[in-house]
Amino acid sequence: MKRILSLAFVLCLLLPLCSCHGKMQTTTFELPESFNESKSYEISFWAKNDTNMTQVAIYKKAIEDFEKLYPNIKVNLRLYTDYGKIYQDVITNIGTGTTPNVCITYPDHIATYLTGEETVVPLDELFDHEKYGLGGSEVKFDSPSREEIVPKFLDECEFGGHYYAVPYMRSTEACYVNKTYVEKLGFTLPETLTWDFVWEVSEAAMKKDENGNYLVNGQKVLIPFIYKSTDNMMIQMLAQKGAGYSTARGEIKLFNDTTGSILSEIATHSKSGAFNTFKLIGYPANYLNAGQCIFAIDSTGGATWMGCDAPLVDIAEENLVEFETAVMPIPQYDADSPKMISQGPSMCVFNREDTDEVIASWLFCQYMLTNEVQIAYSQTEGYAPVTTKAQKSDEYVDYLSRAGEDDDFYYRVKIEATKLLLDNTENTFVTPVFNGSTSLRNAAGQLIESVNKSVRRGQAVNDGYLESLYSEMTSLYRLDQTAETLGRLPTESILLICALALCWLGMGVYVVLNKIKRKN
Amino acid sequence: MKKIVFIFLALVMMFSLVACDGGADTSKDVSGDVSADTSVSFPAEPMTYAEYIAAPVDAPVYVETYVQGHQSWWDNKITVYCQSEDGGIFLYELACTEEDAAKLTKGTKIAVKGYKATFNGEVEIVDGTFTFVEGGDTFVAEALDVTNLLGTEDMEKHQNEFVSFKGMTVNKIEYKNGEPGDDIYVTLDKDGKSYSFCVEIYLTGKDSDVYTTVGTLEAGDVVDVEAFLYWYEGMNPHITSVKANG
Repeated sequence: MKRILSLAFVLCLLLPLCSCHGKMQTTTFELPESFNESKSYEISFWAKNDTNMTQVAIYKKAIEDFEKLYPNIKVNLRLYTDYGKIYQDVITNIGTGTTPNVCITYPDHIATYLTGEETVVPLDELFDHEKYGLGGSEVKFDSPSREEIVPKFLDECEFGGHYYAVPYMRSTEACYVNKTYVEKLGFTLPETLTWDFVWEVSEAAMKKDENGNYLVNGQKVLIPFIYKSTDNMMIQMLAQKGAGYSTARGEIKLFNDTTGSILSEIATHSKSGAFNTFKLIGYPANYLNAGQCIFAIDSTGGATWMGCDAPLVDIAEENLVEFETAVMPIPQYDADSPKMISQGPSMCVFNREDTDEVIASWLFCQYMLTNEVQIAYSQTEGYAPVTTKAQKSDEYVDYLSRAGEDDDFYYRVKIEATKLLLDNTENTFVTPVFNGSTSLRNAAGQLIESVNKSVRRGQAVNDGYLESLYSEMTSLYRLDQTAETLGRLPTESILLICALALCWLGMGVYVVLNKIKRKN
Repeated sequence: MKKIVFIFLALVMMFSLVACDGGADTSKDVSGDVSADTSVSFPAEPMTYAEYIAAPVDAPVYVETYVQGHQSWWDNKITVYCQSEDGGIFLYELACTEEDAAKLTKGTKIAVKGYKATFNGEVEIVDGTFTFVEGGDTFVAEALDVTNLLGTEDMEKHQNEFVSFKGMTVNKIEYKNGEPGDDIYVTLDKDGKSYSFCVEIYLTGKDSDVYTTVGTLEAGDVVDVEAFLYWYEGMNPHITSVKANG
């Protein structure tokens, strides 16, 4: 009986330890010794393109070339034009166990996927696998080694102690400037754009003639400064000011005094009409190209739409206005210490019971890092390849050197946008990834959107407004529920700790009583 | 003694099972808009269509109109194409429960409060809320033939209305993604000029007749088209039906 009791004690003590896992679960994926090439595999790849058919063609060619190397692996492509839709579909398919094998995604999104049971494969061991790892001996193509992936970009895919993704492409944001109008207003573009400069020029551009036309463009419409992604805007402004956003473990720091002062500044320029956002009025590129915007901030991954000579244009030809486009890093608070966001797609591999299927998925993932794919895809927009192998290749160096040779493949604005990232890679940053970081990002953008709308609708942005706004954001995005590892312990955890203490106490009492019994 | 030990064991097991409940995504991504200030005053009475058109951008507006179609409901929001005898109104991401979305059938009269906005030329109401007009009449718009307005400034006066175009020649059919499953960009010609149309998948769905039919069209085909006259840097009608001309 005593033995049984002891065994029960041990089991009970082990059980609580098992339950102490965090939300970011590890997978039970076990690396196989070898890959069974005699077996056929069908894997799914969910990819995002920028409504750019060249990108679609590159995906298709990559699959075709990969399937020639691995005739036993068939890759089914599913295309999206929106990261958010991929995210929604993956979440839906986690529930039904029908996730893709490989998917283009953001690390923030992966953090949410990881709340599912054994969903995403940690890639640490796969990176280093002698045969099938990066640059592995059995890989049938010229795969980059781990060292050849730009370390900064690879680091962005590590969270929760594991690599859950590999970078696919990288971009940042650029400020596409109508230099002609800046100079017409009597200003000279500085070497480094500052927020003060952008606000000053934007306000100066608001002067109208007696007929209500703006002096600088002679049109009835002018929004001098338009920002596409307001979540990035807030995140970068806070980072540049060294202000809080979140801790690495998910503690929310967004609602601080610096945020308040940034929002107050933005409110001033929204009220004057000098600033607006994509969400409220539409694509910055369309306004820029029509001579109705001076500073348009958008991803370098959208560079082919920027400028009056852009290869992709959405407005009628008769509405295009001739001007010189300058491509500059986003405005800074401290010109000597520039900071800008690193963004762009990464790839993750979803788990399967058949480990060979996971290897097949991983091999395809690696194929997307070859020079053939990296260089071709990066040339479609202002993207940078994620491997030094591609960045330093003769083909790519030659491509970069030919900026402006035409307004298509060598479109100057596109190549300058890419160079902007390549020159500033060390100045880029990412925000911490945790379950809930997507919501926090959305909230950061929504702060600006709400202030922008409120001011235009005649509401006052003051301390009371901001307090109320922060409260609504916290509730709407459930930000009071993300910092689960910090703060007061949940009741269940407290009960668990109490139970453990009681258990040890019980064991102590049992041992003492036993000894007393024996003595008697 | 043994009884006490068993109670300990039972307690530990119970608490352990409770603690196993981690993993739920407590920070579900939500989207939507908030207004931190509720002091905005909407017109006390519904505006006429003329008053709505005359209202400046960002103004609070209050209108009564009739549902003609809508895009798919998602995340407590729905985008609705509306029209009254006077003209069309586009309601972008109207706040709406799934239950109410099912009641937004063609012809239903609704009262909408929101803010006037323009998005790349499209005049719309954003951040709107609505109520069903109790005992309200119904109105289903007949497609207005605007073929003869192509290329004229008068076309914009019919923005957001349910319209038709006759005898259009197919120039190009392109899936947004390069393959079925997303919007279809349709270029139709008339009298030597090209015009952009769109099969908006959230309006039609990918299994609808119109989605399938448009996907089979070939350059040179001559068709009659019905659509909501959406605007994106010029007219960009959202096609609801297409059939061979004649």
